[in-house]
Amino acid sequence: MIHKIVLGCSVAMLGLATPALAHDGPSDAQIAHIAYTAGEIDIAAAKQALSKSHNQQVRDFAEAMVRDHAAVNDKALALVKKLGVSPEANATSAALSKGAAEKMAALAKLNGAAFDRAYVGNEIAYHGTVNQALASTLIPGAHNAELKSLLETGLTLFQEHQKHAEHLSGALK
Amino acid sequence: MPSISPARSSEARIMSSPIRRLALAVGAAALALLAPAAAPAAPRVHTVIIDKMKFGPVPASVRAGDVILWVNKDMFRHTATARNGSFNIDLVAGASGKTVVRGAGAIPFFCKYHPGMKGQLRVSK
Repeated sequence: MIHKIVLGCSVAMLGLATPALAHDGPSDAQIAHIAYTAGEIDIAAAKQALSKSHNQQVRDFAEAMVRDHAAVNDKALALVKKLGVSPEANATSAALSKGAAEKMAALAKLNGAAFDRAYVGNEIAYHGTVNQALASTLIPGAHNAELKSLLETGLTLFQEHQKHAEHLSGALK
Repeated sequence: MPSISPARSSEARIMSSPIRRLALAVGAAALALLAPAAAPAAPRVHTVIIDKMKFGPVPASVRAGDVILWVNKDMFRHTATARNGSFNIDLVAGASGKTVVRGAGAIPFFCKYHPGMKGQLRVSK
């Protein structure tokens, strides 16, 4: 009995002391890859919108998405280089990319106001999903303080994007 | 003193000439340079920092005609755009720029790229 408690305690302490060894959450290299991929996906979606939409408000929004996500991703690339970390492909990134490719294919079939509504609607949902992942998994799971800080800035930015998309959606109806 | 000395009358003659007018003008200009405080309240420059997706604190006492220096310390491009259209400045990451405050009262402003970023100037006359 005592033996089990001691063992349990030491496992718990090990978990606290060496979170990098834990298998229940992504590593910093994986977190960086997920965050970068999430940004690239939104840039690709915005470029699709810029090639299809004639609505000035939608185009302005898409331009802001390209600019802001590129700014965060440039910082992320500089940070992983500085830290000597190679972003590591993982199941979460792959699932994000697969979902995004399907969404882009579906949006490609739409035009005009139908496209604008679908693009903006997806932006609300997509930012919601990414923000949820940032807040619940990626930020708490990041071990490096600079990576955590950059993810927190990303969350503030993406929450603003989500609200912006929600307002834009209201204006499109 | 009842009598005027020749020296003074000669000086008076000289000073009534164009040279006197020039001397007066130069004196007035020098006075204006030396004493700007005597002029009506000079425009002041107030700084507003933009960082981490927020406008920093706005100055407490802004008067019409004052200048706002907007400093974008963020990694993102932002604008400071008055809702009443009286100013609009677009700043890439790391840039700064000035706008002049026109009119009095409350002037709400926002960032065109991130409409959730808002602030308000309170301007006295």
